[in-house]
Order: sequence, then structure tokens, then C-alpha cells
Amino acid sequence: MTVSNAIRRPAPSASGSDAKGLPKGRQTRSTARRWRNLVWVLPAVLLLCIFCYLPLVQNLGFSLLKWDIYSGRQTFVGADNYLKMVNDPIFWKSLLNNTLYAGISILFQVFGALVLAALVEGLPSPRLRGALRAIYFVPSAISLTVAGLLFYFIYEPRMGILNAALETLGLGNFTQAWLGQENTAIFGIIAMSQWQGFGYCTLLFAVALQRIPSELFEAASIDGVGPVRRFFSISLPLVREMSSLMMIVTVSGAFQVFNEVMVMTTGGPNNSSQVLGTWLYRSGFVRNDFGYAAAIATAVFVITLVLAVLQLRLAKRRRVEW
Amino acid sequence: MVTRTSVLMLLGRVFVQAFLVALAIVVIYPLLWMLLNGVKSNSELFANPFALPETWRWENYVTAWNRGVGDYLTTSVLVTVASTVATVLISAWAAYGLTRVKIPFNRTILILILAGLMLAPTVALIPLVKMFQALGLYNSFWALLILYTAFRVPFTTFLIRAYMLDLPLEVDEAAAVDGASKARAFWQVILPMCRPIIISTILLNVLFTWNEYLFAMIFTSGGALQTLPVGLTNLMAKHGTDYPVVFAGMAIAAVPVIVLFFAGQRYFIRGLADGVGK
Repeated sequence: MTVSNAIRRPAPSASGSDAKGLPKGRQTRSTARRWRNLVWVLPAVLLLCIFCYLPLVQNLGFSLLKWDIYSGRQTFVGADNYLKMVNDPIFWKSLLNNTLYAGISILFQVFGALVLAALVEGLPSPRLRGALRAIYFVPSAISLTVAGLLFYFIYEPRMGILNAALETLGLGNFTQAWLGQENTAIFGIIAMSQWQGFGYCTLLFAVALQRIPSELFEAASIDGVGPVRRFFSISLPLVREMSSLMMIVTVSGAFQVFNEVMVMTTGGPNNSSQVLGTWLYRSGFVRNDFGYAAAIATAVFVITLVLAVLQLRLAKRRRVEW
Repeated sequence: MVTRTSVLMLLGRVFVQAFLVALAIVVIYPLLWMLLNGVKSNSELFANPFALPETWRWENYVTAWNRGVGDYLTTSVLVTVASTVATVLISAWAAYGLTRVKIPFNRTILILILAGLMLAPTVALIPLVKMFQALGLYNSFWALLILYTAFRVPFTTFLIRAYMLDLPLEVDEAAAVDGASKARAFWQVILPMCRPIIISTILLNVLFTWNEYLFAMIFTSGGALQTLPVGLTNLMAKHGTDYPVVFAGMAIAAVPVIVLFFAGQRYFIRGLADGVGK
């Protein structure tokens, strides 16, 4: 989600007279009223400060500590947890899996969805357009838990439809325990995630494409420009900002993956499908190494922060006038 | 020549339509498979995964309901309603304060709230667990209510604020002339005018809360109360060999949000589109 250029937009001044130029008594009264007006934003500010920002700061402190599992005593260990992290092969494996997740998602959920949206929007029947957009979106409405369990069963060797479908198509050689093998588990999860998320991106691209004035396409058609060139010369440049935003949102999401991995493999077999989120969970809540889990959390924070800054910069540059 | 290109164009169009419809079928089929598996018997499930059930065993749904899905559903409804109401109200107040009332440090507060959009819940997880344990709220309804509200306020405020910025200020002036206080102007004039975006934010928050897993799993896994996403994994762990019942439970969790999406499609799309690329 983007903060967009909303921050820069000047808020309209509230009604009523300005405090400037009034007698002193009235001015202080109006200042007092302004402070009292803080009550409107107070619940939001308090909630965020206590439950979002404070833990964020605490996490940095936690990452410098070591918890004793039995006594719960904490000792300051400096950068030990971070050193442990850079020497932990499973941390790097997790980071690699998150990166794979991001790369494949960009391919399918950004580029794939954009092409798909252009194809759907090019259909003549508005009813078919609406129906397709809605059907593609349905997997995004259900929870990742349901989607994850569903694909766990789809990949299941004895009852799943994937192996059964391969057999039917005469590709029996390719049947395997998709989530049970180290080299296929993470790809099985990523494939599920593409099924779950591409409709959401298609929907958003469809909205962006609808905002392009139809005269542009009509003028190009009259000039004899074919659909493929219309896509590359009109649609693509005019939704470029949406594409960049979607890319960042997608990548940021890929580094926060947790639910589907937890449900489908819990990071196995042999940690081959571990991602940062599940490795953090396992370190903190299964192995009770809270300090180390906090260090992984800091890594996630740095990655998502960099992406967020990128997103903000893009949002500021936006504003293509059509 | 002209006819040849137009024939090609027509062929291309037919091919594209066929592809898009085929994709729709491939996308929706796993969900139909899930619904059908919910009314099969265990042996049917393993015999031929593509076959229709011989007798439709709706009692699987009853069994799933009685094995805890009913309780999970109740908890999910309660948590969803409470946190959605809290999130939308707190966000609408904040948006009103930021756009139509004079407050000190307006910009700072705006940035403070909207920066929350970028926070990943995982980053705050470990300290939040310690905090809720210390507060005695671990394994409670309140933990979920507070966390869902806190983490959804930035996005919801962002959407409502953008909408309020577009409402003309004359509305407030008219209300002020009529002697209405700021509070009355909010409840009786501005909030009703924001109806479309409020509906969008309600739907998006319902979808989020209903499906949320990370916080639900960590903050309520030991307690008696569990939401559907966590409950389903328990159902799977406890009755994992009775697969049709697990499928029935999954269907019970999925169907309400799918229905909600189709019912409120227009508002969903508006909220999603404004959220990512206003």
C-alpha cells in the first residue's frame, strides 16, 4: 500500500477565523482549543506508538540480548546474534527463498497480471470482462490458510489432483511428492501463491487501464496500429507507475511470507522451504532463542524499509497528466 | 489483403477469449474440488480425485461444525466485527482531525500515522509477545482486537483521509453556521458523506481480519478461543485422516468471504484501487 503523494497535499484549513491578529486572550483560547482538538487523532496515535513503534524500537534492543531458556534471564551479548545470523546457512537459505518468491511473483503477478489485464480489457463484452476479473480475484478473497491447505492436498501424492492430472495427460513420469522433496517444496508453495495473488494484481491493472482515455486507443486503431503495438506504446507506458508500485508491494510482500509456508511445509523438509518469517518463528518460539529471532526481525525490517523508501520516491514522482 | 488481416484478427480474438475462459476454469477448479471433497467419503477421495461423489454427504459439514469449526467461526465473527468497528471509527476520527480540524503538529501526526503502512508485523512480533504477556492479555480476545486495530489504522486512515480531502469545505462551514459543533458535524454531516469509502474500508478490514494468521496463531494458540485460520490447522492436526471433514471446514471458512466479495465487489475494487494507486 502506498502513502502516495497524500502527505504533500496541503490539508485544507479548517473553517473559522485564523488565530493571527486576534487580541491576546482570544488567541490563547484558540490555542487551547487547538490542543483540545488533538483528541480526534489521539486514539490512532496512541495505538500506533504503543503497539507498532515501541515494539519496533524494543526489537532492536532485544536483538542485542541473549535469553536463558530456563531462567529467562537476559544478558547483553552485543552483536553476537547478528554474527550468528550471517554465519547461519539456514538464514541465507531463507533469504534466498524469499528472493525466489519475489522474483517469481514479479514475473507472474506483475508482468503476467498486466498482460492478462490488457487481454481482459480488450474483450468486447463488458459482462465477460467483469466476470473474468471477478473469477480471477476469488482466490485472493480466501485466506492463505485455506489456500495453503487446499494446495497441500492438491500436491498430495495419493489423493491430489496434480499427480492425477499429470497421469491423465500421459506425463506420469513427472508425478512426485511435490512438498515432500527438498528441491520442489518451495516452488510448490510459490506456485500456490501465484494462483492466490495474480487476480488481485489483474484487478488493479484493469482499473489502471480503464483510466486511460479510450480516445488514445481509438486514434491508434484508426492509424492502423495493431493490438500488440497498442499494448507496448500506449498501455505499458501509461501504467508504468502502477507497475512500479505493484512491483514494490509484491516484493515487500514476498519478504513477509509466513502463513502459506507454515501451513504447507512449516519450512521443511530439512529447512529447504524455510523463509525469514518461519525461521524467525522457529528460532523464537520453538527454540526459544528470542534474541536471535529479534535479529532476524531486524533484517526483515531493513529490507522492508528500503523497499518502502523506494515506494515513497516513486509515489512522489508520479503524476502523469493524460 | 484486408480480409486476410481481419480473418487473422478474428482468429486471434477467438484464441484470446478461449484462453481467458480456460484460465478462469483452471483458477476456479481447485475451489470446486474443495467444495466437492467436503461431501465425499474418505475412500472416494482416494479412489478418483476427479469423480463426483456417489452420495452427497452433507453430514461432513455438520461433523466439521461440531468438531470445533462452529466455535472458530463464532470467534472469527466476534473478532472481525469488533476490530473492524474499532479500526474504522478510530481511523475516521483521525482522518477528520487531520483534514477538517485545526490541530497542532498536523504534518508530524499525519506522517506518524501513515508511516505505519510500511511496518511488517513480523518485525514487532517478539516484543509484542513479551508486552502482551506482561499485560496479562496473551491468549485473549483483547490481544487480537488491539493488534488488528493498531496495524490496520494506517491503511484505513489513508483511504478515508484521501476521500475527506475531496469533500468541499463549504459543508463544514454550513454546519458551523447552523451552530453544529465539530463532533456533531462529524457524526451527522461528514461521516454520512463518506459512506462509499467507509463501506470499502469495512469490507477490506473484514477480509483482512477473517483471513489473518500470524497474530492469531501466536497470540491465541494456547487459549480456548481460536479464529478460523488457526482452528483449521488444528482440525487438520487432530483429525487429519478424516479428510472430507477438513475440506468441509475449509469450505465453511472460505464461502463467507467469497460471498461478501461478490456482494460488495464495487466497493472492494474501489478500496483496493485507491489503496494502491490513488
